[in-house]
Amino acid sequence: MGEILLQINNISVVYSDVIQVLKGVSLSVEKGHIVSLLGSNGAGKTTTLKAISGLLKPENGEVTDGSIIYENKNIQNQSPEYITRQGIIQVLEGRQPFKYLTIEENLRVGTATRIGKPYKQDLELVYNYFPALVARRKSLAGYCSGGELQMLVIGRALMAHPQLLMLDEPSLGLAPLVVKEIFNIIKKINEEHDTTIILVEQNANMALQVAHYGYVMENGKIVMEGTAKELSENPDVKEFYLGMAASGVAKSYKDVKSYRRRKRWL
Amino acid sequence: MRRFSFHPCGNYREKYAQELTIFETDYGRICMGIFLLLFFFAAPFIVSPYMLYVLNTIGIAAIAAIGLNILVGYTGQISLGHGAFFGVGAYAAAILATRLGIGFYFAIPAAGIITALVGMVFGIPSGRLKGLYLTIATLAGQFIIEYVLVHWDSLTKGTMGITIPAAKIFNWEIAGDRAFFFLIFVSLVLMTWFAVNIMRSKYGRAFIAIRDNDRAAEGMGIPIFKYKLLSFAISSFYAGFAGALWAYYMVSITAEPFNLSLSVEYIAMVIIGGMGNIPGAIFGATFITLLNEFLRYITGLLMNIGVITSSGLNMAPLREFVFGLAIVLFILLEPRGLAELWRIIRSSFRLWPFSY
Amino acid sequence: MDFFLQLLVNGVCVGLLYGISAMGFVMIFKSSSVLNFAHGELLALGAFFFLALITWVKLPILIAFILTLIGCFILGFIIERFFLRPLIGEKLIFVIMLTVGLAAMFKGFILLIWGGNLHTYPEFLPETMSLQWGSIYIAPVYTATLVISVLFLVLFGLFFKKSSQGIYMRSVADNQKAALSLGVHVRRVFALSWAIAALVASMSGIVLGIINGVNVHDLSSIGLKVFPVVILGGLDSIGGAIIGGIIIGLLETFTGGYLSPSLRDVVPYIVLVFILLIKPYGLFGLVEIERV
Repeated sequence: MGEILLQINNISVVYSDVIQVLKGVSLSVEKGHIVSLLGSNGAGKTTTLKAISGLLKPENGEVTDGSIIYENKNIQNQSPEYITRQGIIQVLEGRQPFKYLTIEENLRVGTATRIGKPYKQDLELVYNYFPALVARRKSLAGYCSGGELQMLVIGRALMAHPQLLMLDEPSLGLAPLVVKEIFNIIKKINEEHDTTIILVEQNANMALQVAHYGYVMENGKIVMEGTAKELSENPDVKEFYLGMAASGVAKSYKDVKSYRRRKRWL
Repeated sequence: MRRFSFHPCGNYREKYAQELTIFETDYGRICMGIFLLLFFFAAPFIVSPYMLYVLNTIGIAAIAAIGLNILVGYTGQISLGHGAFFGVGAYAAAILATRLGIGFYFAIPAAGIITALVGMVFGIPSGRLKGLYLTIATLAGQFIIEYVLVHWDSLTKGTMGITIPAAKIFNWEIAGDRAFFFLIFVSLVLMTWFAVNIMRSKYGRAFIAIRDNDRAAEGMGIPIFKYKLLSFAISSFYAGFAGALWAYYMVSITAEPFNLSLSVEYIAMVIIGGMGNIPGAIFGATFITLLNEFLRYITGLLMNIGVITSSGLNMAPLREFVFGLAIVLFILLEPRGLAELWRIIRSSFRLWPFSY
Repeated sequence: MDFFLQLLVNGVCVGLLYGISAMGFVMIFKSSSVLNFAHGELLALGAFFFLALITWVKLPILIAFILTLIGCFILGFIIERFFLRPLIGEKLIFVIMLTVGLAAMFKGFILLIWGGNLHTYPEFLPETMSLQWGSIYIAPVYTATLVISVLFLVLFGLFFKKSSQGIYMRSVADNQKAALSLGVHVRRVFALSWAIAALVASMSGIVLGIINGVNVHDLSSIGLKVFPVVILGGLDSIGGAIIGGIIIGLLETFTGGYLSPSLRDVVPYIVLVFILLIKPYGLFGLVEIERV
């Protein structure tokens, strides 16, 4: 096994002192890998990411138990300013551009963790990955299409030179072709810069194609883990996340009784 | 006779009526009764005339503050025009009394109603505006009313002011602090009673719903514009009523005191007392009035000390400074106000010696 | 006609000053959504610091001016750090009342030290700065106002458009969560916007002090005049603040000149109410870019 970059030990997250969302989540991320976090809505994937990036605090959430260790440093409940400066950048769910800033200004915000350093080269790099952005560099982000925005927010995160990039549902609401393109770029980023990536996805199929390792979350717990290959061959994952019947063929609606099947981990 | 009820050791409420009661226990009811009795039959006869004057000012301020609390604390519409409404009430009473010769028992409520109408006019922006923008609109209202009070010479006699005839009822003249004490505090008790009860009714619940989320309230079928206007009307009625009392008490009025800082003082009363809490408004009025009097006393004292006078330092602005400081400290340290402090003190007594 | 032109020039100058004071106000609102009722007092503080530095310490004008700006910059920082930061996320009314309380404190402080009388700066603007243009005479103060306002506008335009810090500030105003996720130091941005606002306020306080004399009551009432200006211009638009300022300035001088001087001070508020009723979010407020 390679070097572990991020280790989460048994963390619990509580919002507003009452609502417990994560109930003892442990996971480890190997350096240079793409790790995908799968699960249905409300499973706690986004909360896990926010616990890592420190964005829980503005939402009145807190890591009450356990530890998050990144490069031998304890980072749980640190401020987002501190964590981002350690090289952890989260790309928020649902594409959150700065609507009244131009594309190029949006990208420049990504340099916030490295104030005062030159950024021209990074801009070129991002434009290389996402040529679609070049033509629109002077236009307001608010008027760009969904695909462009997704490229923009990933590019914006790249400007920060992340060690660990966390992508929250990059495929949300995009056409399949665009999704494919974005996933290709994610893979490319991982390979060319040796950036470790945590990928949260609903689109398990795509996610498992690019990832090295995967975790499945449900109800605030990790219920299964394994390499991407193991997971995509697991009958439960196949049925519940990949939309295949256990036999491996696409499921048909004729097979009404299938929902009765219990998830084996429950 | 039914059994005396004491605090149960837990929440045993079974009916909505129990949630709505004003006094949770008979003990509280009796205490309130005794307090009122003592207050009315002892206070005016034992305290000094100066203290009586202070009490009266508190009473008037409390009426206005309760009104503002209905608007700010319960309906969530921040108004910076309450001082001006207070002035409208004072002028309305003065004009009714001097021009039309109406008796005070009629002029005071009428002034309240006139102010309520004016308040509704300035509440119209609330139909389209929320939050900050509404606050600014009421600020504009404050300045416009102030201007009208000073410059509508033919009606308000401008800067000369109006002198009001004494309040008379069947040849019996209400004059002096003690007579006014009864007038003011009977009004205060009635107005408090009315406010507490309106908050327990359909209207009060609608106000609170609008405060908490006006979109959702509208979705629940509450006509929010109507209720916002109603809230403005009730709140200005209180302000106007208090203003009218004040006009009679002060005998002569000018437009000068009804400025923005009076409005700010009322908001401070509501915040320091506790937002969305009727007794809180009374606490707040008491606190601010006492603070004002105390600071006046202190600055008077400091002025007479030789060193300070000779150094040419003017201590009067100390009032303004401490007033600001009090607001800032309350907001930072106890944003729920005196009412919350009072609740903490009471419950620590009640729970003593097992304070958990 | 001359009278008209004279009023026009005066109106534009006063309006520019309103606009510039409103700019600081808008900056605070944009970055941290705080409506600052103590803005007039910040103006007054700046004017009085300057007064103290040139009359008591007897510093040269330019040094005093720069020191005042630096002092107010720091003051803005302190206000944000100690008074507003604990209130992040609190209800609107608390934030508003906190600034109202601060306003009372500052005003009391100024009154304690300088009293409520009118003070004047010693004459230091040379008469050569005046402009004579036909029969229209522009006093040196107004020329200085024009120069300073244009200078500040250009500087701020560059700051917000070109510098990284300016872009970070705009990003926080735009989408706080996203800014946070990228490591923008949001609290520092809040503090910085207060500091810059206080700096700008002190500058306009000084210029207003040169024009009308230094008086707490006058200067702090300018703080309230900022409201019509920003509502006219839209609470979140810095350019709108300038245009709103000029409109209000013109409106005031023309009502003062043609109708009646006493009406002068209410007219902005009357206009304000009408604008709020017709176009609730201001004439030049940003068009909300909404995507579903």
